[in-house]
Amino acid sequence: MKGNIIKYARDNIDTDVIIPGTYLKIHDYAELATHAMEGLDPDFHSKVKEGDFILSGKNFGCGSSREHAPIALSHSGIKAVLALSFARIFYRNSVDGAFLLPIEIGQDAYDGISEGDEISIDVSTNEIKNITKNQTYKMKPFSELIGKIIAAGGLFKYKPDQD
Amino acid sequence: MNITEKILARGAGKSSVSPDDVVFAKVDKVMMHDVSGPGVIKVFDKLKKQGISVDKLWDPTKVWVAEDHFVPSAEKVSAENIVKLSKFTKQYGIEKHFKYGMGQYGICHTISHEEAMVMPGDVYVGGDSHTNTTGALGAFACGLGHTDIAYVLLNGQIWFKVPETYYFKLNGKLPEHVMAKDLILKIIGEIGNDGGSYQTMQFGGSGIDEMSVESRLTMCNMTTEAGAKNGIVEPDQKVVDYLTQRGATNMNLVKGDDDAEYSKIFEFESSEMEPTIAKPFSPENTCVVREAPSVELDKCYIGSCTGAKYEDLEAAARIFKGRKVKIRTEILPAAISIYQRAMENGLLKIFLDAGATVGPPTCGACCGAHMGVLAKDEICISTTNRNFPGRMGHIESQTYLASPLVAAASAVTGKITDPRDLK
Repeated sequence: MKGNIIKYARDNIDTDVIIPGTYLKIHDYAELATHAMEGLDPDFHSKVKEGDFILSGKNFGCGSSREHAPIALSHSGIKAVLALSFARIFYRNSVDGAFLLPIEIGQDAYDGISEGDEISIDVSTNEIKNITKNQTYKMKPFSELIGKIIAAGGLFKYKPDQD
Repeated sequence: MNITEKILARGAGKSSVSPDDVVFAKVDKVMMHDVSGPGVIKVFDKLKKQGISVDKLWDPTKVWVAEDHFVPSAEKVSAENIVKLSKFTKQYGIEKHFKYGMGQYGICHTISHEEAMVMPGDVYVGGDSHTNTTGALGAFACGLGHTDIAYVLLNGQIWFKVPETYYFKLNGKLPEHVMAKDLILKIIGEIGNDGGSYQTMQFGGSGIDEMSVESRLTMCNMTTEAGAKNGIVEPDQKVVDYLTQRGATNMNLVKGDDDAEYSKIFEFESSEMEPTIAKPFSPENTCVVREAPSVELDKCYIGSCTGAKYEDLEAAARIFKGRKVKIRTEILPAAISIYQRAMENGLLKIFLDAGATVGPPTCGACCGAHMGVLAKDEICISTTNRNFPGRMGHIESQTYLASPLVAAASAVTGKITDPRDLK
Protein backbone atom coordinates (compact mmCIF):
# COMPACT_ATOMS: atom_id res chain seq x y z
CA MET A 1 0.00 0.00 0.00
CA LYS A 2 1.52 3.26 -1.15
CA GLY A 3 0.45 6.85 -0.57
CA ASN A 4 1.30 10.38 0.49
CA ILE A 5 1.20 11.77 3.99
CA ILE A 6 -1.06 14.46 5.39
CA LYS A 7 0.54 15.23 8.75
CA TYR A 8 -1.15 16.68 11.84
CA ALA A 9 1.69 17.00 14.35
CA ARG A 10 -0.43 16.97 17.49
CA ASP A 11 -1.99 14.61 20.03
CA ASN A 12 -5.64 13.95 20.89
CA ILE A 13 -7.27 14.57 17.51
CA ASP A 14 -10.82 13.87 18.58
CA THR A 15 -13.83 12.73 16.59
CA ASP A 16 -15.53 16.11 17.13
CA VAL A 17 -12.94 17.71 14.84
CA ILE A 18 -12.77 14.73 12.45
CA ILE A 19 -16.51 15.14 11.85
CA PRO A 20 -18.32 17.85 13.86
CA GLY A 21 -21.48 16.95 15.80
CA THR A 22 -23.82 18.86 13.55
CA TYR A 23 -23.20 16.27 10.79
CA LEU A 24 -24.08 13.24 12.94
CA LYS A 25 -27.56 13.20 11.43
CA ILE A 26 -26.03 12.52 8.00
CA HIS A 27 -25.58 8.91 6.95
CA ASP A 28 -24.67 9.42 3.30
CA TYR A 29 -21.01 8.43 3.22
CA ALA A 30 -20.05 10.66 0.27
CA GLU A 31 -21.65 13.69 1.90
CA LEU A 32 -19.90 12.96 5.22
CA ALA A 33 -16.58 12.90 3.36
CA THR A 34 -17.06 16.51 2.28
CA HIS A 35 -16.96 17.53 5.96
CA ALA A 36 -14.01 15.36 7.05
CA MET A 37 -11.51 17.12 9.35
CA GLU A 38 -13.58 20.29 9.05
CA GLY A 39 -13.08 21.06 12.74
CA LEU A 40 -9.31 21.19 12.38
CA ASP A 41 -8.37 21.68 8.74
CA PRO A 42 -11.01 23.26 6.48
CA ASP A 43 -8.68 22.66 3.48
CA PHE A 44 -8.60 18.90 4.02
CA HIS A 45 -11.37 18.11 1.56
CA SER A 46 -9.70 20.04 -1.25
CA LYS A 47 -6.21 18.66 -0.69
CA VAL A 48 -6.87 14.97 0.12
CA LYS A 49 -6.26 12.47 -2.68
CA GLU A 50 -7.37 8.87 -3.07
CA GLY A 51 -4.84 6.64 -1.29
CA ASP A 52 -3.42 9.27 1.07
CA PHE A 53 -2.46 8.51 4.65
CA ILE A 54 -2.88 10.67 7.77
CA LEU A 55 -0.02 10.86 10.27
CA SER A 56 -0.64 12.10 13.79
CA GLY A 57 0.36 11.83 17.45
CA LYS A 58 -1.10 10.14 20.51
CA ASN A 59 -4.74 9.15 21.17
CA PHE A 60 -6.01 9.70 17.62
CA GLY A 61 -9.82 9.52 17.38
CA CYS A 62 -10.59 10.11 21.04
CA GLY A 63 -14.00 11.25 22.23
CA SER A 64 -17.32 10.34 20.65
CA SER A 65 -17.93 6.82 19.34
CA ARG A 66 -19.31 8.15 16.05
CA GLU A 67 -18.48 5.71 13.24
CA HIS A 68 -18.93 8.77 11.02
CA ALA A 69 -15.25 9.55 11.78
CA PRO A 70 -13.54 6.60 10.04
CA ILE A 71 -16.32 6.68 7.41
CA ALA A 72 -15.65 10.35 6.55
CA LEU A 73 -11.89 9.76 6.33
CA SER A 74 -12.19 6.55 4.35
CA HIS A 75 -14.64 8.04 1.85
CA SER A 76 -12.28 10.99 1.44
CA GLY A 77 -9.72 8.53 0.13
CA ILE A 78 -7.69 7.91 3.30
CA LYS A 79 -6.49 4.30 3.37
CA ALA A 80 -4.63 4.34 6.69
CA VAL A 81 -4.04 6.52 9.70
CA LEU A 82 -0.57 6.29 11.22
CA ALA A 83 -0.48 7.46 14.84
CA LEU A 84 1.53 7.05 18.02
CA SER A 85 -1.62 5.61 19.62
CA PHE A 86 -5.38 5.35 18.99
CA ALA A 87 -8.49 5.78 21.08
CA ARG A 88 -10.24 2.44 21.37
CA ILE A 89 -13.58 3.04 19.65
CA PHE A 90 -12.05 4.77 16.61
CA TYR A 91 -9.62 1.86 16.33
CA ARG A 92 -12.24 -0.87 16.41
CA ASN A 93 -14.67 1.07 14.19
CA SER A 94 -11.92 1.43 11.57
CA VAL A 95 -11.16 -2.31 11.63
CA ASP A 96 -14.60 -3.86 12.21
CA GLY A 97 -16.20 -1.71 9.51
CA ALA A 98 -13.17 -2.21 7.19
CA PHE A 99 -12.91 1.53 6.59
CA LEU A 100 -9.17 2.10 6.97
CA LEU A 101 -6.08 0.66 8.64
CA PRO A 102 -5.10 2.11 12.02
CA ILE A 103 -1.31 1.77 12.09
CA GLU A 104 0.50 2.28 15.38
CA ILE A 105 3.93 3.77 14.83
CA GLY A 106 6.93 4.65 16.96
CA GLN A 107 8.50 8.03 17.65
CA ASP A 108 11.05 7.46 14.83
CA ALA A 109 8.36 7.28 12.18
CA TYR A 110 6.43 10.16 13.73
CA ASP A 111 9.50 12.40 13.70
CA GLY A 112 10.94 11.10 10.44
CA ILE A 113 7.89 11.36 8.16
CA SER A 114 6.93 14.82 6.89
CA GLU A 115 3.89 16.28 5.17
CA GLY A 116 3.75 15.11 1.56
CA ASP A 117 6.27 12.25 1.95
CA GLU A 118 5.49 9.21 -0.13
CA ILE A 119 5.49 6.05 1.97
CA SER A 120 4.62 2.41 1.57
CA ILE A 121 3.19 0.16 4.26
CA ASP A 122 3.65 -3.60 4.31
CA VAL A 123 1.52 -5.17 7.06
CA SER A 124 3.00 -8.63 6.35
CA THR A 125 6.47 -7.47 7.41
CA ASN A 126 5.27 -4.61 9.66
CA GLU A 127 7.49 -2.25 7.70
CA ILE A 128 6.90 1.33 6.71
CA LYS A 129 9.17 2.68 3.98
CA ASN A 130 9.62 6.39 3.45
CA ILE A 131 10.25 6.48 -0.29
CA THR A 132 10.85 10.24 -0.31
CA LYS A 133 13.54 10.12 2.38
CA ASN A 134 14.73 6.55 1.88
CA GLN A 135 14.11 5.58 5.52
CA THR A 136 12.47 2.50 7.04
CA TYR A 137 10.51 2.21 10.28
CA LYS A 138 8.69 -0.58 12.10
CA MET A 139 4.95 -0.47 12.80
CA LYS A 140 3.46 -2.20 15.81
CA PRO A 141 2.08 -5.54 14.56
CA PHE A 142 -1.69 -6.03 14.66
CA SER A 143 -2.89 -8.34 17.42
CA GLU A 144 -3.99 -11.78 16.23
CA LEU A 145 -7.73 -11.05 16.15
CA ILE A 146 -7.33 -7.61 14.56
CA GLY A 147 -5.09 -9.12 11.88
CA LYS A 148 -7.71 -11.76 11.12
CA ILE A 149 -10.59 -9.26 10.95
CA ILE A 150 -8.57 -7.06 8.60
CA ALA A 151 -7.65 -10.04 6.43
CA ALA A 152 -11.31 -11.11 6.30
CA GLY A 153 -12.42 -7.64 5.22
CA GLY A 154 -14.28 -6.59 8.38
CA LEU A 155 -16.07 -8.12 11.35
CA PHE A 156 -19.06 -9.44 9.39
CA LYS A 157 -16.80 -11.42 7.05
CA TYR A 158 -14.74 -12.85 9.89
CA LYS A 159 -15.95 -16.24 11.16
CA PRO A 160 -14.91 -16.72 14.80
CA ASP A 161 -16.13 -20.33 14.88
CA GLN A 162 -13.70 -21.41 12.18
CA ASP A 163 -10.60 -20.52 14.23
CA MET B 1 -10.97 -11.96 39.27
CA ASN B 2 -12.23 -8.41 39.63
CA ILE B 3 -15.82 -7.43 38.80
CA THR B 4 -15.15 -6.60 35.13
CA GLU B 5 -13.29 -9.88 34.57
CA LYS B 6 -16.07 -11.85 36.26
CA ILE B 7 -18.78 -10.28 34.11
CA LEU B 8 -16.79 -10.82 30.91
CA ALA B 9 -15.94 -14.41 31.90
CA ARG B 10 -19.62 -15.20 32.38
CA GLY B 11 -20.44 -13.50 29.08
CA ALA B 12 -17.76 -15.51 27.31
CA GLY B 13 -18.85 -18.77 28.94
CA LYS B 14 -15.47 -19.28 30.55
CA SER B 15 -14.55 -20.09 34.15
CA SER B 16 -12.01 -17.27 34.17
CA VAL B 17 -10.44 -14.59 31.99
CA SER B 18 -7.33 -12.45 32.37
CA PRO B 19 -6.31 -9.08 30.95
CA ASP B 20 -5.37 -9.26 27.23
CA ASP B 21 -7.49 -12.38 26.60
CA VAL B 22 -9.65 -11.83 23.53
CA VAL B 23 -13.18 -13.14 24.03
CA PHE B 24 -16.50 -13.12 22.25
CA ALA B 25 -18.94 -12.22 25.02
CA LYS B 26 -22.71 -12.72 24.96
CA VAL B 27 -24.50 -9.41 25.36
CA ASP B 28 -27.38 -8.96 27.84
CA LYS B 29 -28.61 -5.52 26.68
CA VAL B 30 -27.91 -3.36 23.68
CA MET B 31 -28.91 0.25 23.08
CA MET B 32 -28.94 2.54 20.08
CA HIS B 33 -30.23 6.08 19.56
CA ASP B 34 -31.21 8.48 16.80
CA VAL B 35 -27.59 8.85 15.62
CA SER B 36 -26.26 5.32 16.01
CA GLY B 37 -29.63 3.75 15.03
CA PRO B 38 -29.70 5.18 11.51
CA GLY B 39 -25.99 4.29 11.30
CA VAL B 40 -26.87 0.69 12.12
CA ILE B 41 -29.70 0.74 9.57
CA LYS B 42 -27.13 1.83 6.97
CA VAL B 43 -24.93 -1.14 7.95
CA PHE B 44 -27.97 -3.45 7.59
CA ASP B 45 -28.56 -2.05 4.09
CA LYS B 46 -24.93 -2.78 3.16
CA LEU B 47 -25.20 -6.32 4.56
CA LYS B 48 -28.34 -7.00 2.53
CA LYS B 49 -26.48 -6.02 -0.64
CA GLN B 50 -23.72 -8.46 0.34
CA GLY B 51 -26.27 -11.25 0.72
CA ILE B 52 -26.05 -11.41 4.52
CA SER B 53 -29.44 -12.01 6.12
CA VAL B 54 -30.80 -9.23 8.31
CA ASP B 55 -34.33 -10.63 8.49
CA LYS B 56 -34.47 -10.93 12.24
CA LEU B 57 -32.59 -9.84 15.34
CA TRP B 58 -31.02 -12.26 17.74
CA ASP B 59 -33.37 -11.13 20.55
CA PRO B 60 -35.51 -7.98 20.21
CA THR B 61 -36.39 -8.10 23.94
CA LYS B 62 -32.76 -7.28 24.76
CA VAL B 63 -32.66 -4.24 22.52
CA TRP B 64 -33.81 -0.77 23.52
CA VAL B 65 -33.85 2.48 21.65
CA ALA B 66 -33.58 6.11 22.74
CA GLU B 67 -34.21 9.38 20.92
CA ASP B 68 -31.91 12.04 22.25
CA HIS B 69 -29.35 13.73 19.99
CA PHE B 70 -31.50 15.67 17.53
CA VAL B 71 -34.90 15.66 19.29
CA PRO B 72 -37.33 17.29 19.23
CA SER B 73 -36.41 17.08 15.54
CA ALA B 74 -34.00 19.89 14.75
CA GLU B 75 -34.79 19.97 11.02
CA LYS B 76 -35.84 17.71 8.13
CA VAL B 77 -32.92 15.29 8.15
CA SER B 78 -33.19 14.55 11.85
CA ALA B 79 -36.98 14.23 11.53
CA GLU B 80 -36.44 11.62 8.84
CA ASN B 81 -33.98 9.77 11.07
CA ILE B 82 -36.66 9.52 13.78
CA VAL B 83 -39.14 8.12 11.25
CA LYS B 84 -36.49 5.61 10.08
CA LEU B 85 -35.86 4.55 13.67
CA SER B 86 -39.58 4.06 14.33
CA LYS B 87 -39.95 1.91 11.21
CA PHE B 88 -36.96 -0.17 12.29
CA THR B 89 -38.23 -0.87 15.80
CA LYS B 90 -41.68 -1.76 14.42
CA GLN B 91 -40.25 -4.04 11.75
CA TYR B 92 -38.00 -5.93 14.16
CA GLY B 93 -40.41 -6.05 17.11
CA ILE B 94 -38.38 -3.87 19.48
CA GLU B 95 -40.87 -2.76 22.12
CA LYS B 96 -38.64 -0.63 24.33
CA HIS B 97 -38.44 2.49 22.19
CA PHE B 98 -38.53 5.70 24.22
CA LYS B 99 -40.15 8.20 21.86
CA TYR B 100 -40.11 11.90 22.48
CA GLY B 101 -43.57 13.29 23.01
CA MET B 102 -44.87 9.94 24.25
CA GLY B 103 -44.24 9.79 27.98
CA GLN B 104 -40.82 8.88 29.27
CA TYR B 105 -37.93 9.70 26.99
CA GLY B 106 -34.55 11.29 27.45
CA ILE B 107 -30.83 10.92 26.98
CA CYS B 108 -30.02 7.25 26.46
CA HIS B 109 -27.63 6.96 29.40
CA THR B 110 -30.13 8.62 31.70
CA ILE B 111 -32.89 6.26 30.54
CA SER B 112 -30.53 3.33 31.22
CA HIS B 113 -30.74 4.05 34.95
CA GLU B 114 -34.04 5.95 35.29
CA GLU B 115 -35.89 3.04 33.66
CA ALA B 116 -33.64 0.31 35.11
CA MET B 117 -32.85 -0.91 31.60
CA VAL B 118 -29.53 -2.38 32.71
CA MET B 119 -28.93 -4.66 35.71
CA PRO B 120 -25.86 -5.27 37.84
CA GLY B 121 -23.71 -7.98 36.28
CA ASP B 122 -24.98 -7.34 32.72
CA VAL B 123 -22.77 -7.14 29.66
CA TYR B 124 -24.27 -3.95 28.22
CA VAL B 125 -23.20 -2.26 25.00
CA GLY B 126 -24.52 0.92 23.45
CA GLY B 127 -23.96 2.86 20.28
CA ASP B 128 -22.58 5.85 22.14
CA SER B 129 -19.26 6.51 23.81
CA HIS B 130 -20.78 7.51 27.16
CA THR B 131 -22.34 4.06 27.56
CA ASN B 132 -19.67 3.79 30.28
CA THR B 133 -22.10 5.75 32.51
CA THR B 134 -24.15 2.71 33.41
CA GLY B 135 -21.17 0.88 34.92
CA ALA B 136 -22.16 2.74 38.09
CA LEU B 137 -24.90 0.10 38.50
CA GLY B 138 -22.29 -2.68 38.57
CA ALA B 139 -22.61 -3.70 34.91
CA PHE B 140 -19.90 -3.99 32.25
CA ALA B 141 -21.04 -1.02 30.15
CA CYS B 142 -19.12 -0.18 27.00
CA GLY B 143 -19.61 2.06 23.97
CA LEU B 144 -19.33 0.73 20.40
CA GLY B 145 -19.76 1.98 16.82
CA HIS B 146 -22.47 1.21 14.25
CA THR B 147 -20.87 -1.89 12.73
CA ASP B 148 -20.33 -3.47 16.14
CA ILE B 149 -23.87 -2.67 17.30
CA ALA B 150 -25.25 -4.15 14.05
CA TYR B 151 -23.15 -7.26 14.74
CA VAL B 152 -24.59 -7.52 18.26
CA LEU B 153 -28.17 -7.08 16.99
CA LEU B 154 -27.72 -10.02 14.62
CA ASN B 155 -25.40 -12.27 16.62
CA GLY B 156 -25.95 -11.44 20.29
CA GLN B 157 -22.23 -11.28 20.98
CA ILE B 158 -19.18 -9.15 20.30
CA TRP B 159 -15.41 -9.35 20.78
CA PHE B 160 -13.57 -7.70 23.63
CA LYS B 161 -10.00 -7.66 24.73
CA VAL B 162 -10.24 -8.15 28.49
CA PRO B 163 -9.00 -4.86 29.91
CA GLU B 164 -6.56 -4.26 32.70
CA THR B 165 -8.21 -2.53 35.64
CA TYR B 166 -7.12 0.71 37.24
CA TYR B 167 -8.57 0.94 40.72
CA PHE B 168 -9.32 4.41 42.08
CA LYS B 169 -9.59 4.37 45.87
CA LEU B 170 -11.50 7.44 46.96
CA ASN B 171 -11.11 8.36 50.60
CA GLY B 172 -13.85 10.19 52.47
CA LYS B 173 -17.09 11.98 51.79
CA LEU B 174 -17.02 14.90 49.34
CA PRO B 175 -17.34 18.34 50.98
CA GLU B 176 -20.75 19.99 50.61
CA HIS B 177 -19.68 22.41 47.86
CA VAL B 178 -17.97 19.66 45.84
CA MET B 179 -19.68 17.21 43.48
CA ALA B 180 -18.65 14.02 41.71
CA LYS B 181 -18.02 16.14 38.60
CA ASP B 182 -15.25 18.06 40.40
CA LEU B 183 -13.65 14.81 41.49
CA ILE B 184 -13.72 13.10 38.09
CA LEU B 185 -12.36 16.24 36.41
CA LYS B 186 -9.54 16.24 38.96
CA ILE B 187 -8.81 12.58 38.18
CA ILE B 188 -8.81 13.17 34.39
CA GLY B 189 -6.56 16.18 34.93
CA GLU B 190 -4.08 13.92 36.73
CA ILE B 191 -4.13 10.90 34.42
CA GLY B 192 -4.85 12.68 31.11
CA ASN B 193 -7.18 12.20 28.13
CA ASP B 194 -5.63 8.81 27.42
CA GLY B 195 -4.78 7.96 31.03
CA GLY B 196 -7.31 5.13 31.08
CA SER B 197 -7.07 4.11 27.41
CA TYR B 198 -8.36 0.61 26.74
CA GLN B 199 -8.58 -0.01 30.50
CA THR B 200 -11.27 -0.36 33.11
CA MET B 201 -11.53 2.48 35.59
CA GLN B 202 -13.03 1.04 38.78
CA PHE B 203 -14.00 3.31 41.66
CA GLY B 204 -14.19 2.23 45.29
CA GLY B 205 -13.38 3.22 48.83
CA SER B 206 -15.28 5.22 51.42
CA GLY B 207 -15.67 8.11 48.97
CA ILE B 208 -17.79 5.84 46.75
CA ASP B 209 -19.66 4.25 49.68
CA GLU B 210 -20.75 7.74 50.72
CA MET B 211 -21.76 8.75 47.19
CA SER B 212 -25.27 8.56 45.78
CA VAL B 213 -25.89 6.33 42.76
CA GLU B 214 -26.33 9.47 40.63
CA SER B 215 -22.90 10.78 41.65
CA ARG B 216 -21.36 7.42 40.77
CA LEU B 217 -23.05 7.69 37.35
CA THR B 218 -21.24 11.01 36.84
CA MET B 219 -17.91 9.36 37.75
CA CYS B 220 -18.40 6.47 35.32
CA ASN B 221 -19.77 8.75 32.56
CA MET B 222 -16.54 10.70 32.41
CA THR B 223 -14.25 7.65 32.30
CA THR B 224 -14.86 7.93 28.55
CA GLU B 225 -12.93 11.21 28.66
CA ALA B 226 -9.87 9.32 29.92
CA GLY B 227 -10.25 6.78 27.10
CA ALA B 228 -11.46 3.92 29.33
CA LYS B 229 -13.24 0.88 27.91
CA ASN B 230 -15.57 0.93 30.90
CA GLY B 231 -16.05 2.59 34.26
CA ILE B 232 -17.45 0.49 37.07
CA VAL B 233 -18.45 0.49 40.72
CA GLU B 234 -19.23 -2.69 42.68
CA PRO B 235 -22.97 -2.69 43.41
CA ASP B 236 -24.14 -2.18 46.99
CA GLN B 237 -27.43 -1.69 48.81
CA LYS B 238 -27.77 1.84 47.38
CA VAL B 239 -27.80 0.38 43.86
CA VAL B 240 -30.32 -2.29 44.88
CA ASP B 241 -32.61 0.35 46.44
CA TYR B 242 -32.22 2.67 43.44
CA LEU B 243 -33.14 -0.04 40.93
CA THR B 244 -35.90 -1.51 43.12
CA GLN B 245 -37.57 1.91 43.25
CA ARG B 246 -37.54 1.78 39.48
CA GLY B 247 -39.21 -1.62 39.28
CA ALA B 248 -36.23 -3.96 39.07
CA THR B 249 -36.24 -7.41 40.68
CA ASN B 250 -33.87 -10.39 40.79
CA MET B 251 -30.58 -8.56 40.79
CA ASN B 252 -27.35 -10.51 40.52
CA LEU B 253 -24.77 -8.51 42.44
CA VAL B 254 -21.42 -9.50 40.97
CA LYS B 255 -18.44 -8.33 43.01
CA GLY B 256 -14.71 -8.90 42.70
CA ASP B 257 -12.96 -11.68 44.60
CA ASP B 258 -10.93 -10.86 47.68
CA ASP B 259 -7.75 -11.56 45.72
CA ALA B 260 -8.87 -9.58 42.64
CA GLU B 261 -6.00 -8.04 40.73
CA TYR B 262 -5.64 -4.44 39.59
CA SER B 263 -2.85 -3.30 37.32
CA LYS B 264 -2.62 0.10 39.04
CA ILE B 265 -4.07 1.61 42.18
CA PHE B 266 -4.64 5.35 42.50
CA GLU B 267 -5.68 7.05 45.71
CA PHE B 268 -7.56 10.33 45.96
CA GLU B 269 -8.57 12.15 49.11
CA SER B 270 -12.13 12.90 48.07
CA SER B 271 -12.84 14.61 51.40
CA GLU B 272 -10.28 17.29 50.50
CA MET B 273 -11.47 18.03 46.95
CA GLU B 274 -11.96 21.57 45.67
CA PRO B 275 -14.43 22.76 43.04
CA THR B 276 -12.64 22.03 39.75
CA ILE B 277 -13.19 22.91 36.09
CA ALA B 278 -11.73 21.88 32.76
CA LYS B 279 -10.69 24.81 30.59
CA PRO B 280 -10.90 24.79 26.78
CA PHE B 281 -10.09 22.66 24.81
CA SER B 282 -9.78 19.38 26.64
CA PRO B 283 -11.28 17.66 29.70
CA GLU B 284 -7.73 17.09 31.01
CA ASN B 285 -7.00 20.83 31.07
CA THR B 286 -8.16 21.28 34.65
CA CYS B 287 -7.67 23.77 37.47
CA VAL B 288 -9.41 24.54 40.75
CA VAL B 289 -12.14 27.14 40.35
CA ARG B 290 -10.42 29.68 42.57
CA GLU B 291 -7.50 29.68 40.11
CA ALA B 292 -9.73 29.89 37.02
CA PRO B 293 -9.01 32.59 34.45
CA SER B 294 -11.11 35.72 34.79
CA VAL B 295 -13.26 35.54 31.67
CA GLU B 296 -16.61 37.12 30.86
CA LEU B 297 -19.01 34.24 30.31
CA ASP B 298 -21.77 34.41 27.70
CA LYS B 299 -23.74 31.29 28.54
CA CYS B 300 -24.45 28.67 31.15
CA TYR B 301 -25.63 25.24 30.00
CA ILE B 302 -26.96 22.75 32.54
CA GLY B 303 -27.75 19.62 30.61
CA SER B 304 -26.53 16.22 29.29
CA CYS B 305 -26.18 12.70 30.66
CA THR B 306 -23.36 13.96 32.85
CA GLY B 307 -24.92 17.04 34.38
CA ALA B 308 -28.73 17.06 34.29
CA LYS B 309 -29.80 14.19 36.52
CA TYR B 310 -32.20 15.04 39.34
CA GLU B 311 -29.38 15.53 41.85
CA ASP B 312 -27.64 17.91 39.42
CA LEU B 313 -30.78 20.02 39.02
CA GLU B 314 -31.29 20.05 42.78
CA ALA B 315 -27.74 21.32 43.27
CA ALA B 316 -28.24 24.07 40.69
CA ALA B 317 -31.54 25.03 42.32
CA ARG B 318 -29.82 25.50 45.70
CA ILE B 319 -27.73 28.21 44.05
CA PHE B 320 -30.48 29.77 41.92
CA LYS B 321 -33.01 30.03 44.75
CA GLY B 322 -33.62 33.74 45.36
CA ARG B 323 -30.96 34.79 42.82
CA LYS B 324 -31.00 35.97 39.21
CA VAL B 325 -28.86 34.85 36.28
CA LYS B 326 -26.51 37.38 34.73
CA ILE B 327 -25.90 35.42 31.51
CA ARG B 328 -28.06 33.32 29.19
CA THR B 329 -28.79 30.11 31.08
CA GLU B 330 -30.35 26.96 29.67
CA ILE B 331 -31.40 24.03 31.82
CA LEU B 332 -32.37 20.78 30.10
CA PRO B 333 -33.41 17.92 32.44
CA ALA B 334 -31.94 14.69 31.05
CA ALA B 335 -35.21 12.71 31.03
CA ILE B 336 -38.95 13.34 31.33
CA SER B 337 -39.07 11.54 34.70
CA ILE B 338 -36.48 14.02 36.01
CA TYR B 339 -38.34 16.94 34.43
CA GLN B 340 -41.50 15.81 36.20
CA ARG B 341 -39.84 15.50 39.60
CA ALA B 342 -38.25 18.91 39.10
CA MET B 343 -41.70 20.30 38.44
CA GLU B 344 -43.36 18.56 41.39
CA ASN B 345 -40.62 19.67 43.80
CA GLY B 346 -40.57 23.30 42.70
CA LEU B 347 -37.18 23.30 40.94
CA LEU B 348 -38.60 24.52 37.64
CA LYS B 349 -40.13 27.51 39.39
CA ILE B 350 -36.78 28.34 40.97
CA PHE B 351 -35.09 28.17 37.55
CA LEU B 352 -37.71 30.29 35.84
CA ASP B 353 -37.77 32.81 38.70
CA ALA B 354 -33.99 33.12 38.33
CA GLY B 355 -34.48 33.96 34.65
CA ALA B 356 -33.18 30.71 33.16
CA THR B 357 -34.81 28.90 30.24
CA VAL B 358 -35.89 25.30 30.81
CA GLY B 359 -35.82 23.08 27.73
CA PRO B 360 -36.88 19.51 26.92
CA PRO B 361 -34.62 16.51 27.44
CA THR B 362 -32.10 16.27 24.58
CA CYS B 363 -28.36 15.98 23.98
CA GLY B 364 -28.91 19.34 22.31
CA ALA B 365 -25.95 21.69 22.44
CA CYS B 366 -23.71 19.30 24.40
CA CYS B 367 -22.69 17.75 21.08
CA GLY B 368 -23.19 20.91 19.05
CA ALA B 369 -26.41 19.54 17.55
CA HIS B 370 -29.04 22.21 18.27
CA MET B 371 -30.89 23.98 21.11
CA GLY B 372 -28.35 26.57 22.16
CA VAL B 373 -25.17 25.93 20.18
CA LEU B 374 -22.37 28.47 20.59
CA ALA B 375 -21.43 31.25 18.20
CA LYS B 376 -17.88 32.31 17.31
CA ASP B 377 -16.03 33.58 20.38
CA GLU B 378 -18.88 32.73 22.75
CA ILE B 379 -17.76 31.38 26.11
CA CYS B 380 -19.92 28.85 27.94
CA ILE B 381 -19.77 27.20 31.34
CA SER B 382 -21.34 23.80 31.02
CA THR B 383 -22.16 20.71 33.06
CA THR B 384 -21.46 18.51 30.02
CA ASN B 385 -18.53 16.18 29.46
CA ARG B 386 -16.42 17.42 26.51
CA ASN B 387 -14.93 20.73 25.45
CA PHE B 388 -12.94 19.90 22.33
CA PRO B 389 -12.77 22.64 19.67
CA GLY B 390 -16.22 23.11 18.17
CA ARG B 391 -17.84 20.58 20.46
CA MET B 392 -20.75 22.86 21.39
CA GLY B 393 -20.91 24.88 18.18
CA HIS B 394 -18.49 27.21 16.43
CA ILE B 395 -14.89 26.04 16.23
CA GLU B 396 -13.81 29.28 17.92
CA SER B 397 -16.32 29.03 20.77
CA GLN B 398 -15.05 27.96 24.20
CA THR B 399 -16.49 25.62 26.81
CA TYR B 400 -15.51 25.33 30.46
CA LEU B 401 -16.65 22.05 32.03
CA ALA B 402 -17.98 22.34 35.55
CA SER B 403 -20.23 20.83 38.21
CA PRO B 404 -23.85 22.03 38.39
CA LEU B 405 -22.98 23.99 41.55
CA VAL B 406 -20.10 25.82 39.85
CA ALA B 407 -22.08 26.34 36.63
CA ALA B 408 -25.03 27.82 38.53
CA ALA B 409 -22.81 30.04 40.71
CA SER B 410 -21.07 31.26 37.54
CA ALA B 411 -24.42 31.98 35.87
CA VAL B 412 -25.28 34.24 38.77
CA THR B 413 -22.04 36.26 38.62
CA GLY B 414 -21.19 36.02 34.92
CA LYS B 415 -17.68 34.86 35.83
CA ILE B 416 -16.32 31.44 36.77
CA THR B 417 -17.24 31.25 40.43
CA ASP B 418 -16.58 28.91 43.33
CA PRO B 419 -19.95 28.31 45.03
CA ARG B 420 -18.32 29.16 48.40
CA ASP B 421 -17.54 32.65 47.12
CA LEU B 422 -21.12 33.47 46.23
CA LYS B 423 -22.64 36.25 48.32
